Amino acid sequence: MIYSTAEIWGIILALGVGTFVLRFSFLGLIGGRPLPAWVLRYLRYTPVAVLPGLVAPAVIWPAAAGGAFDLPRFLAAAATLAIGVATRSNLAAILGGMAALYLALFSLGWAP
Amino acid sequence: MSPGAEPSVFWRGFRHGLPFLLVIVPFGLLFGVAATEAGFSLAEVLGFSVLVIAGASQFTAVQLMVEQTPTVMVLLTALAVNLRMAMYSASLTPHLGNARAWHKALIAYFLVDQAYAVAIQEYEARPDHSLGQRIIYYAGVCTPICPLWYLATLLGATVGQAIPPEFALDFAVPITFLAMLAPMLRTLAHLAAASVSVVLALALAFLPAGTGLLVAAAAAMATGAQVESWQNRRRA
Repeated sequence: MIYSTAEIWGIILALGVGTFVLRFSFLGLIGGRPLPAWVLRYLRYTPVAVLPGLVAPAVIWPAAAGGAFDLPRFLAAAATLAIGVATRSNLAAILGGMAALYLALFSLGWAP
Repeated sequence: MSPGAEPSVFWRGFRHGLPFLLVIVPFGLLFGVAATEAGFSLAEVLGFSVLVIAGASQFTAVQLMVEQTPTVMVLLTALAVNLRMAMYSASLTPHLGNARAWHKALIAYFLVDQAYAVAIQEYEARPDHSLGQRIIYYAGVCTPICPLWYLATLLGATVGQAIPPEFALDFAVPITFLAMLAPMLRTLAHLAAASVSVVLALALAFLPAGTGLLVAAAAAMATGAQVESWQNRRRA
């Protein structure tokens, strides 16, 4: 960890306050005025815009494999995505993905 | 409305919140394990779950901190993940906007995805409910969900230290993200946004940590919004 204890708590606190402000925003501060349709349209896509980009490098170049492509981890990621799309269940995707990871690591060899 | 109706409204909310434990508990456990693996202390791991109380952004912050991303980038990206909560806040305002300030502060603190999803359905289905009943219902929904989020995190952080690296828990975080993401890919617009996000994040990986992701996310949001407009226009 390159962060000092103070920096870590700074991040936790700032993230906590920032998240609270987002949650409180309209309810507490802005009141009942409706958001413009285009703003709502952008907000709808935030999770699906941030999460894939966040996870892609970790899938293609996982740190545990020294930043090199790792077939077991890639297959596990593909399985998680496929199960999640098919079942629409977070839990099924996590369990299936971890099962695929162990299966692939076991049969294809463990990358330290 | 009779005064005696309040407990039943509370328990109704409680019952509606209960099934989400199936998601909350494994997520909390996993966050505790992943953050402990990443080197955070027990107090810090719990600090995330109690002060931030938003799983996806907590995972985001931890992942970016593992990648040694500058503090500002960690905060910007993790908060971007939570932008949707401003949307929840806006959508609850017609139903709860007249509550007392400290009630609204508590409602905002507990405004997790599951609480929002359940509450908005109830409020739309029962417009005759008073403001007091709506607040009590909301408290009922949050009662099983939020304390168990803290507890599951605590448990995960405690057992996480005992799990050896052979279990490849480094990859639990990407798997959790993909599991959160996959059910969201339900329209062409969502799929397009996700694709742009992946391609740009990989193509811009040479930029200083976190920068490429912010650019990719902004472009992906614009893509999703644009595809949605096109589809609406074609349908109109």
